[in-house]
Amino acid sequence: MTMDITLDRPGPARPVGVAENQGASYLCASGQVAARTLKKNVRTPALIVAGTAQGVLFLLIFRYVFGGAVAHLGNLSYVDFLVPGFVVTGVLFQGMGAASGVADDLEGGLFDRLRSLPIRLLSIITGRVGADSALVAWGVIVMTAVGFAVGFRVGGSTPDALAALGLTILYGFAFVWMFIFMGLAAGSPQAAQGLSFLVFPLSFVSSAYVPVSTMPGWMQGFATNQPMTQMVNTVRLLTGGPAVEQLLGHPVSYYLVPSLLWTVGLVAVFAPLAVWKLKRS
Amino acid sequence: MHALIEADGLSKQFGKVEALTELSLTLPAGQPVAILGPNGAGKTTFIRMVATLIQPDRGTLMVSGHDVVRDPMAVRRMIGLAGQSAAVEEMMTGRENLVMVARLYGQGRAEAVASSERILEQMHLVDAADRRVKTYSGGMRRRLDLGASLVGSPRLLLLDEPTTGLDPGSRNEVWDGIRDMSRSGTDILLTTQYLDEADHLAAYIVIIDEGRVVAQGTPDELKSRVGADMVELHTVDVPTMQRAAEVLGALGMTAPSTDAATRRCSLAAPGGSRLLPVVVRALDDAAVPVEDITLRRPTLDEVFLALTGRNTDTDPTSPEEDAA
Repeated sequence: MTMDITLDRPGPARPVGVAENQGASYLCASGQVAARTLKKNVRTPALIVAGTAQGVLFLLIFRYVFGGAVAHLGNLSYVDFLVPGFVVTGVLFQGMGAASGVADDLEGGLFDRLRSLPIRLLSIITGRVGADSALVAWGVIVMTAVGFAVGFRVGGSTPDALAALGLTILYGFAFVWMFIFMGLAAGSPQAAQGLSFLVFPLSFVSSAYVPVSTMPGWMQGFATNQPMTQMVNTVRLLTGGPAVEQLLGHPVSYYLVPSLLWTVGLVAVFAPLAVWKLKRS
Repeated sequence: MHALIEADGLSKQFGKVEALTELSLTLPAGQPVAILGPNGAGKTTFIRMVATLIQPDRGTLMVSGHDVVRDPMAVRRMIGLAGQSAAVEEMMTGRENLVMVARLYGQGRAEAVASSERILEQMHLVDAADRRVKTYSGGMRRRLDLGASLVGSPRLLLLDEPTTGLDPGSRNEVWDGIRDMSRSGTDILLTTQYLDEADHLAAYIVIIDEGRVVAQGTPDELKSRVGADMVELHTVDVPTMQRAAEVLGALGMTAPSTDAATRRCSLAAPGGSRLLPVVVRALDDAAVPVEDITLRRPTLDEVFLALTGRNTDTDPTSPEEDAA
C-alpha cells in the first residue's frame, strides 16, 4: 500500500516548517511550573492570609495563654524557648498546603497535560517543590518577625541566628518533598488534607512547645528522637546562647547532625517516590 | 509512511475492571477520527494510552511509528492533549496559560508570545485574553484548553470528550474550533459518547464497547452496514396507518414496522431511491392518504443499537474509567 491518504485532505496543508516540539529544558520546565504555582498562591490572598493569621494566632496563644504555666526551663524565658520551636514546626503547617495543592493539580487534569508534554517528570515535581518551598520560607520569615514582636531575643551571635533561619527554611524544603508525595498518593484534595493530620503528632509530640522531660515516659522516646525535636533544638542552641546550652546539656552538633541527616533522607526517599507516583497517576 | 495509530492486542485492567480487551486498530493519518462508545467502553483509557499517560498491560501501541512504552518522549513531541476537565489555571489569564504551555513545548519567550496570540485569535478569545480564567464561561475554558493543546502546533491532537458537560451553544463553539484545526491540517483523534458529535466532526469512526472495537469505517459505511435505507411515512390516524402497513406489506419485500403512538409506518428499503416511487404509487392506487413520506438513511443511533444491542445513553450511572 503506497496510497498517501494525506493528499486527499481538504484545506491547506500543515504549515511548512512545523517541526516536532523539542520540549523545554529541565530548568525552564521547572521554572514554568514553579511560576504557575506561585502565581496561583499569590493571587489567592485568602490562602496566604489565612495561613499566616492562623500561625500568628497560635503563637500569641502559646506565648500569652499557655506560656505562664510552662516550667522546667531553667534560666530560659518561655518566649525564647517557644519561638524557635514554633517557627521550626511552622514549616509543617505551612508545607502541608503543598499536599492538597498537588492533589488539586492532579484532580484538575493539570498534571495530565504536563505529563503529555515533552518535559521530564522530575521537572514537574521540582517546580512544585520550588514554589511550595518559597511559600514555606515566607511563612518562616513572617513567624520569626512576629516572634521578635512578642519579645523573642537572640542570645547568641547574629551569624548563628542567620544560620538557624537558613536551616529552618532548608528543613521546610525537605518536608515539602514529603507533602508533595502525600498529595500525589492521596488521590483527592480531601484525602490529602486528611493525611496532613500527620503534622499534629510531629509538631506537638516534640520539644517545640514544652520540654520533653515533662511528658510521660513512653512518649519521651518518640518526642526526643523525631525529626522536629532535632531541628528545634538545633535552632534553639543557635539562637539561645548559654541558657539553652545549660537546659539541653548538649552542643549544637548533637542535634545538627541528625537534622541534616533527616534533611538528606527526606529528599532521598520522597523525591524518587514522588516521581514514581506521578508516573503512575 | 507509518499509520497514525497502530494498536495491537491492547489490554488494560484497573483492579477487576477490564478497560481494554485485546483492542487492535489501525488508523491512517489525514482525517479526523472519532472513538465512539458509551461510558465505560474504554475510550478514555485508549486515548490516555495514546497520550503516554498510562501504559498497556499487554499489547503494543505505536503513534506515527513510535512505541508509547519504549519511546514516550517521541510521542509527546508530536501530540497535544485536551483531557476531560479543562486543565487550565484559573488564577492566570488566558494568555498566561497559553504562554506557559508554549514555553513547556520548548518555545522561546518571543515565539511563545507570538504563538499564544495566534491561538487566541483562532479560538476567538482575544477580548478575554488578559482576564483571569476564573471569569471565563465553560465554553471559553474549553476553547482555551483546546488552544493550549494546540499552541505547540502538534501533528496529532487528542481530545477526550471535548464537549461533555457543555450547553448546546458552547458545544457549537467548540465544534467550530475543532473543525478549524482539522482544516488547518492537524490530525485529530477524539473520543465522544455523542453520535451526532462523531457524525459532525469525524471522517472516520471507531465504535468501541466493553474494551473492544465493535465496528469502524466512515459514517456512511457504518450506516450502510446496518442495512438498508428506510422509507418512513406518517398518517393522520391509526386506522390509516394500519391500512398503509397492509399496502406496504403487500409489496412482498420486508415486513413494515408500525408505531401507533407517532402513527408512523416504516419499511426497510434495500432498493433505496428506486423503491420510493413504487411505494407512493401503491399507496395512491389503494387510496391511502399519508401526511408525509421520506426516504432516509439509518442514523448513527440505529447503527450503535444494531451493533451493540444498546443505546448510547444507557446506564448513565456507570462511571467512566477515570481510575487511571
